[in-house]
Amino acid sequence: MSVTTVERGPAAEPAAAASEPSYLTGENTVASWLLTRDHKRIALLFFASITFFFFIGGFAATLMRLNLATPEGLLQPAVYNRMFTMHGIIMVWFFLIPSIPTTFGNFFVPLMIGARDLAFPRVNLASWYVFNLSGLVVLFALVMGGADAGWTFYTPLSTSYANGYVFAAALAVFINGFSSIMTSLNFIVTIHRLRAPGMTWMRLPLFIWGIYAVSGVMLTATPVLAMDTFLLAVERFLGVGLFDPNHGGDPLLWQHMFWFYSHPAVYIMILPAMGVASEIIPCYARRPIFGYSGMTMALMAIAILSFFVWAHHMFVAGISIYSGVAFSLMTFFVAVPSAIKVFNWTVSLHKGSIIFDAPMLYALSFVLLFTLGGVTGLMLATLGIDVDVHGTYFVVAHFHYVMVGATVSAFFGALHYWWPKMTGRLYPEIWARFAAILTFVGFNLTFFPQFILGYLGMPRRSYTYSPEWQSWNLLSSAGASILAIAYILPLLYLGWSLLRGRKASANPWRATGLEWATRSPPPAHNFERTPVVALEPYCYDPERDTYVTQEGVPHAG
Amino acid sequence: MPASAPPLRPEIQFASLEQQGETAQLGMWAFLVNETLFFGALIFTYYIYRLSYPHEFAAAAKDAVLWCGSVNLVILLTSSLTMVLAINAGAQDQRQAMIGWLIATAALGGVFLLIKGYEYYLDFQDKVVPVVNFAAKPGEGSAGQLFWVFYWVATGLHAIHLTVGIGLVLYMLLRRIRHGEITPAYYAPLEVVGIYWSFVDAVWLFLYPCIYLVGRS
Repeated sequence: MSVTTVERGPAAEPAAAASEPSYLTGENTVASWLLTRDHKRIALLFFASITFFFFIGGFAATLMRLNLATPEGLLQPAVYNRMFTMHGIIMVWFFLIPSIPTTFGNFFVPLMIGARDLAFPRVNLASWYVFNLSGLVVLFALVMGGADAGWTFYTPLSTSYANGYVFAAALAVFINGFSSIMTSLNFIVTIHRLRAPGMTWMRLPLFIWGIYAVSGVMLTATPVLAMDTFLLAVERFLGVGLFDPNHGGDPLLWQHMFWFYSHPAVYIMILPAMGVASEIIPCYARRPIFGYSGMTMALMAIAILSFFVWAHHMFVAGISIYSGVAFSLMTFFVAVPSAIKVFNWTVSLHKGSIIFDAPMLYALSFVLLFTLGGVTGLMLATLGIDVDVHGTYFVVAHFHYVMVGATVSAFFGALHYWWPKMTGRLYPEIWARFAAILTFVGFNLTFFPQFILGYLGMPRRSYTYSPEWQSWNLLSSAGASILAIAYILPLLYLGWSLLRGRKASANPWRATGLEWATRSPPPAHNFERTPVVALEPYCYDPERDTYVTQEGVPHAG
Repeated sequence: MPASAPPLRPEIQFASLEQQGETAQLGMWAFLVNETLFFGALIFTYYIYRLSYPHEFAAAAKDAVLWCGSVNLVILLTSSLTMVLAINAGAQDQRQAMIGWLIATAALGGVFLLIKGYEYYLDFQDKVVPVVNFAAKPGEGSAGQLFWVFYWVATGLHAIHLTVGIGLVLYMLLRRIRHGEITPAYYAPLEVVGIYWSFVDAVWLFLYPCIYLVGRS
């Protein structure tokens, strides 16, 4: 059904549709974009910002992989330190954490719950400005030579010994937190208060549940990081602080507080991605999602449990063996809801009528890569194995499978799935499938060798390594070059489709959500009339190839 | 109320003013969850070190100016009362009383900051400003400085929050109320400011014993 578009009945697309222009064409001055309160335009502004940072962070990664292609390396050791630090900081805070919430969340939360906008449009716009302010600060740190203490800012390296612009980088992270907080607060309040008539909690699409769960985590974890980086900045800037052993301070406290945020931050990256997969899989398997209520509970359980596992990053940092055991156990508990989700996605395919279009390919790679990342996470949660592979490339490969493999796949899946709704154009399916497969191949080629390297004992964050590991490193660097092409490719054909792509109908994928009940692209205030929700999401029937929208409108095959 | 004030309409995303008001309140409560974690992390840090160095902290805390903190506690608690009275007056269409109580609230906040500023002056004289002007007292050891870092960070952040609160009250007085936007039918903005104000008050309720009371007996 690559370019098959199904026209909706006249009731949903009235002749008076031209009464309100689409959100893209309404006003076209620069001010109308920069001062907009329309959640859809703000989503596109965020999209531009995070795409920019994605390629900056990607550039740093490219230099790292180039350096690691040979054991001697190309870069100066100090430059290499700055590259992996800036890669981490930019990718984590300026791409992965904001990626799905600020773009697709901003765009689709109001559309999917049948609202005309987010609860606080001005706060939403302010969030974008704060994000860009923090982006300027991090770019300043980068241009001046970069920070070199790692994205984890471990003390006392970050406070006393590092030479780079650590203060600027920490300040950028601090400011960036406010943007996260504003966005998440807006989502929570909007989902509570602005749902359309009939949109009960158990009728919410799972993407909304994912955004709700992630907003809760963001709202409660980010302030701890804010306080933490604030204290770090005080210590670095004024030379006195709470993590300095010379004054009785405890460097381990930094790690505790940092991971109290940064482990939930991993779930900040993955929860919205889970929501995306839960939208795409039923639509392309033409089948209701299996275990809807279990999926909602699993999302919330992951969000809550994420706060009780942080010290599994510190097994070898000198915490007591008893807290090591406790945190290991808690980490295993997270696997339960995660596995429930993987099982449910898999069972949702059973007896479906599966369409292997680009969004589905991305969603399936999300499930596969998340499973691999999750299972290796369990290995790392085991105390014995962690002592062995801690600080090696095994850890690097593990979290890249979750944060890059899974989350970025879901990001691209969402981008293709919702592209017709956001732009009013269909993307070229053949190219998109090619890019999806290339991403999967390139990703595995890049990061699977790193599991092996880690098991062989290659330490992370090192600019050099012993020569017998070169073939695996070369393989990884070669994979990275494929991955780079796979990430640039969508930029080209999606850009092409903006100009030349076929016009999309309101509901090109024959999906059930409210976002497909309005025009593509939607009018400035989303709906011509307030939708009334009659059904749970995902009422697809694979055998008769029919579906019923959430408004209760049946559609034949 | 100025006669020219148009009847208030809800913003585009809300069905009614009532929904808009409830949403604004929920937004403030959600923000305060975030603020609680922010200050909570700081107080947590403080108690970690307090438990590690009880004697040093007790020695250092003796230099905190008790009367300033105590008077400020009374002032801030009173200001929460006047804030609530202002909201009550607003709900009952008593415009003059509402304005009066709001002025009283902002004034009490200002007095708090003045006393705090005087206390900072006394602290400076007492050489308890780390880096700038610091001399360890007998019995403090090197950990005593940790207490004072906490003191300055905590009271400084609290003062910033209170300044924002005063700014919000003035914004209500000088703009929203003057333009007739706060009426018995829709006084949610005032309530939102009130919730925030009470939170800033509650933060002091936690900081006060941490700084001035623990280990003082």
